[in-house]
Amino acid sequence: MDSDEDERTLLPLSQRPEWSDVTPVPQNDGPNPVVPIAYSEEFAEVMGYFRAVYLADERSLRALHLTTEAIQFNAGNYTVWQFRRLILEALNADLHEELEFVEQLASKNSKNYQLWHHRRWVAEKLGTEAASRELEFTKNIFVNDAKNYHAWSHRQWVLQNLGGWEDELAYCNELLEDDIFNNSAWNQRYFVITRHPGLGGIEATIDSELDYTIKSILIKPENESPWRYLRGLHKNNVQSFVTNPKISTLCLNVLTSKANPVFALSLLLDLISKGFEPNQDLKNAIEVVVPESNSQDSDISVTICTVLEIIDQMRVNYWRWRKKNLHPQVAEGVANLHIH
Amino acid sequence: MGELAAEQHARYILKVEKKKDDIESVLMEHLRINGVYWGLTTLDMLGKLSAVDQETVISWVMSCQHETGGFGGNEGHDPHVLYTLSAIQILALFNKIEILDIEKVSNYVTTLQNEDGSFSGDKWGETDTRFSYVAICSLALLKQLDKINVEKAVKYIISCKNLDGGFGCTPGAESHAGQIFCCIGALAITGCLHYVDKDLLGWWLCERQVKSGGLNGRPEKLPDVCYSWWVLSSLIIIDRVRWIDKEKLVKFILECQDKENGGISDRPDDAVDVFHTYFGVAGLSLLEYPGVKAIDPAYALPVDVINRIFLN
Repeated sequence: MDSDEDERTLLPLSQRPEWSDVTPVPQNDGPNPVVPIAYSEEFAEVMGYFRAVYLADERSLRALHLTTEAIQFNAGNYTVWQFRRLILEALNADLHEELEFVEQLASKNSKNYQLWHHRRWVAEKLGTEAASRELEFTKNIFVNDAKNYHAWSHRQWVLQNLGGWEDELAYCNELLEDDIFNNSAWNQRYFVITRHPGLGGIEATIDSELDYTIKSILIKPENESPWRYLRGLHKNNVQSFVTNPKISTLCLNVLTSKANPVFALSLLLDLISKGFEPNQDLKNAIEVVVPESNSQDSDISVTICTVLEIIDQMRVNYWRWRKKNLHPQVAEGVANLHIH
Repeated sequence: MGELAAEQHARYILKVEKKKDDIESVLMEHLRINGVYWGLTTLDMLGKLSAVDQETVISWVMSCQHETGGFGGNEGHDPHVLYTLSAIQILALFNKIEILDIEKVSNYVTTLQNEDGSFSGDKWGETDTRFSYVAICSLALLKQLDKINVEKAVKYIISCKNLDGGFGCTPGAESHAGQIFCCIGALAITGCLHYVDKDLLGWWLCERQVKSGGLNGRPEKLPDVCYSWWVLSSLIIIDRVRWIDKEKLVKFILECQDKENGGISDRPDDAVDVFHTYFGVAGLSLLEYPGVKAIDPAYALPVDVINRIFLN
């Protein structure tokens, strides 16, 4: 923008010569309007002129600049964004400049649905050439908020529609190094290994992912995300989940350390319910989690539930329910027994 | 244990309804119809809906309708399915759904369904499971659910199910309590809850409860009163609400009140707003707090309103 334009945009619209032909349209304030207008006069004026061009369907350059001002006052007004898109199309505007516009607004409006949708609309029009810039854009958002849901949604859309998968798993590693608790990054990991066209799916990556996950768990055993990720890796391979010694060793390591044992215990519970038989070391480790309690039972999974009822009191009802439903297959089998 | 400052909250909402001039109201004018739905539903739950002038509200709601049949967030705004649902819900509160041209409104919603079963929010094409819920809830309240391809709609929602049992905004997106509510609500309304792994999801949802007793929306995030709705209603719909500590949640919500000026905030000591006031009261309703009318967890309207619509 050159300085003449800057000068003009500082003037109230009613004093700008290029707007002299337009009469602004006031806001209809809906039920129970209050007469005194206390909000910013500038904003009110911009919106009045916006309503005028919107109602006249004027898709001009000056209307585009007006939407810029209106959006800067209130980036939530979706009707302004939508009209802006109509203008951009009518003017066949340079959409690279539009990306610039969104970037300027993004830091203060990073959770604004309209901004993100607009960005996607622009990126879609630009196509695959926009891929790296879009990935960069979301990265910049993640610097300040690594869990921004809109940014993740946009990033996933970019990868699937414009490409750029090559460094995605490495990027997840980076984010998790910054904050191993970042659930969005764990989710993105799963997204990558299941959808990256060149990786070969879970089957091809499961061994390295398992090692990575185990390492992460040992760093912070109270971290919910990698435990869930571990389960997710074995979603279609329960046998491997139950028989892999690395997993039971992991649980043993966590239980014998001073760390929060809740997730290790619940994982063991799931494993046992699928046929896993814990060895004596594991049983001993389980029984000393709450040594002063009377938690021991001949059925180790009952013991685990009792322990969890004590150490995860917030969810005591959940653990009591687990205890009651420990062996559905057994219960079913007994029910189906025919006594001769 | 604290108490619900019901009188103050009702007064706060009525005050906000009247104020159009402060910068907050002006910045929210494009979604005013959402605000009116939150405010009125809260008043109804507190037994104070009659304090509002029904005629004025209804005529203003109708002025938000666009020629396509959809409703905008306020007069002069483009139509969108989010605001269309709010319009229908507001009319439902006043038992005035019949003033709508049902065919016109349902046609608008129906046109938003995409080939893959998903829904866009409006003609601009943004797709999100939020819109699946909003479209399905709208049509169900109008008794026009058969106008869309329900099977495809459900299939799309299920495709957004994640390995933790939760749902995101699109396939592969992170599980988020708000999106989960939308998916579970939609599946409940369409009678398709059997596709949900209730035990797995129930556990994920009850893990949202943190030390303070409040609920967060994703692992390792801060609690927020609005999750008292999204997590709680989901748990109730899948019949696993026993798995959270209800007392602690009630305590958390009550701590988020401004007992003097009324209103509820996202977490204790923050500024209040109508959005969180609604979700706080709705959460307390689901927790059967005395003096608060029951709310339907899937339709997000008082149970007596829903009964009036469906058990006529």
